[in-house]
Amino acid sequence: MNEKSEVTEFFSGLYTNNIKKITEGSSPHINSFREEALEMFTKLGVPNRKNESYKYTNLDLFFKHNYKTYFIPDESDFQKAEEFRCDVTDLDAHGVVLLNGFYPTINGKLRKLPGGITIGSLNEAAKQFPDLIEKHYGKYAGSKTDGLIHLNTAMAYDGVFIHVPRGSVLKKPVQVVNLVDSKEDTFSQHRNLIIVEENSEFTLIICDHTLSPQKFLTNAVTEIYVGENAHFDIIRVQNEHNNACKVTHTFIHQEKNSYASSNNITLHGGLVRNSTFHYLGGEGAECNSYGLYLSDKWQHIDNFVNIEHAFPNCTSNQLFKGVLDEMATGAFNGRIFVAPDAQGTLAYQKNNNILLTDDAKMDTKPQLEIYADDVKCSHGATVGQLDDDALFYMQSRGIDKRQSRLMLMFGFAHEVIQNIKVEALRERMDSLVMQRLKGELSRCASCMVKCG
Amino acid sequence: MLIIKDLKAAIAGKTILKGISLEVKSGEIHAIMGPNGSGKSTLAAVLAGRDFVEVTEGSVTYFGKDLLSMAPEDRSKEGIFLGFQYPIEIPGVSMVNFMKTAVNEHRKHKGLEPLSASDFLKLMRDKKELVEIDSKLANRSVNEGFSGGEKKKNEIFQMAMLEPKLAILDETDSGLDIDALRIVANGVNKLKRPDNSTIVITHYQRLLDYIVPDVVHVLYDGRIVKTSGKELALELEDKGYDWIKKEVDNQD
Repeated sequence: MNEKSEVTEFFSGLYTNNIKKITEGSSPHINSFREEALEMFTKLGVPNRKNESYKYTNLDLFFKHNYKTYFIPDESDFQKAEEFRCDVTDLDAHGVVLLNGFYPTINGKLRKLPGGITIGSLNEAAKQFPDLIEKHYGKYAGSKTDGLIHLNTAMAYDGVFIHVPRGSVLKKPVQVVNLVDSKEDTFSQHRNLIIVEENSEFTLIICDHTLSPQKFLTNAVTEIYVGENAHFDIIRVQNEHNNACKVTHTFIHQEKNSYASSNNITLHGGLVRNSTFHYLGGEGAECNSYGLYLSDKWQHIDNFVNIEHAFPNCTSNQLFKGVLDEMATGAFNGRIFVAPDAQGTLAYQKNNNILLTDDAKMDTKPQLEIYADDVKCSHGATVGQLDDDALFYMQSRGIDKRQSRLMLMFGFAHEVIQNIKVEALRERMDSLVMQRLKGELSRCASCMVKCG
Repeated sequence: MLIIKDLKAAIAGKTILKGISLEVKSGEIHAIMGPNGSGKSTLAAVLAGRDFVEVTEGSVTYFGKDLLSMAPEDRSKEGIFLGFQYPIEIPGVSMVNFMKTAVNEHRKHKGLEPLSASDFLKLMRDKKELVEIDSKLANRSVNEGFSGGEKKKNEIFQMAMLEPKLAILDETDSGLDIDALRIVANGVNKLKRPDNSTIVITHYQRLLDYIVPDVVHVLYDGRIVKTSGKELALELEDKGYDWIKKEVDNQD
């Protein structure tokens, strides 16, 4: 108990010491959440393994550490962010780069894209579009058990804001690159707000990178509103070094007849925890939640998915797959909640894992809470080795064992990758995954870090 | 081409093959028939190199080489093809990628350059026509969601792509309706050349109406108990396996 409060006290102390600075630079509406959020955080603390949804993940490995943190960025810091170029050259996207959770100020804080779309700094947008912020900020993110969401609400200063007005269709995706780079071990938090209004179509790519070898801890919250009939895809590519910890909480709120998909691809990272909350808040809404994780050494990757069927005739589908090598560990927890009135619900869940060694370990847990009668629900989880029959079948056609294993693992992973609709990114992911499975380092060319 | 001498093999300690001797010459078609549980599929598994079967005695020589010491992929590259009784589904691996890799591995083994993408697609097209396989199947993952008949046709398609010297077809006829059976048999016949050989493993005579064997062996309780010409198949169709079982059991 003392240990827990020690960690919690460290983060509460950050609040006390910095809240004046944070509040001064933020909009009143965002500030209005802070005090209560801190109370909640202090009460709940940093989740430990007694918390059911963190049962298999030991956050202390990264949270018990004396990080440096800063709240008001210096303009000169952004040079690196400006110089950053994604090496997926054919990826035709509108790019945004965040450095340690802050939106660069060099070229203005907000930008207009075709179709009246606005992208830019959340901190700035909160000042310029108070109506939108009041309507959506803090509405979708919340938790009775996870203190980290409240820690973010209490102290987050900036992040990405995107507003896609009704009827706007943007074929070109927006790519947000989150860079962490510092000479000291750094803790950062950012907060994103994505508003995709009715009848619009929008694709968001988020890439997480580490640029320096220091120990990093990131705690990010993303709130997403998907209006009636709108279509939204989010693809998250995580490629950080083994000394980095990334905790993400993504809340996707969907209205009637909307479609949303989320795809978390974790290629690398020391400790990664992705929580994805899908709220199907209108009849006929559909969501797909995908994830792929490839890990080795002592990496730990945990995906937590919560799907809430609050209205009738909604469809949800979860597909999470992982390949774990060496001493890597992982966890998957997929919760499906079907409200009493949510008749006609279709909800599917699949989690398949391949363990390449005896030391790798995976914990997988479905959690179904169904309060309606007319529901079609399925879930299945597997943890196993590569299929011997399939390996032999391939060998019997002249393909050697090593190559057969590679093709099988690649095929296994591709089932998730193939759901990426952005072709250049899909091809790039295929090739990064192939490199990773071959035992080569699948880092993006701009990555400075060698993960030894 | 293939000489099997006094082959004994066990699965999980249980002896299944109890001394099999057999010689297949270039250009021959051999049928291996027998009741369920006689060891037919175990023999196919030994020849293809499945590692759960343990060879306890005997030898298999293929073109003068010790077949049993070769890895499964090397047997394939040396020209042995096993048509599976239950072809395996491989989600996420496309037929095109699977066959391209296999064909190019075979070419590498022969010291040939890999096929260009267009040459490979042309080869696929030609062979698909030959075995009358639905074009769309080639765009899917290996055997995934294929019907029983499609899976068997797909085996023959792969055989056409790899042009083996010795094809071992393990119960290729099981589960096929008469049309699919005809297509599969036609495929095998079209691929027949004077210098390649086929071992057809089957329970029923039916397939042998279409693929006419030179030699018919009857396998029973891990031994070849009868070897004769194609007329033996007809006799078995007529009288079943019981008379053979009786003959053998009486000898014991």
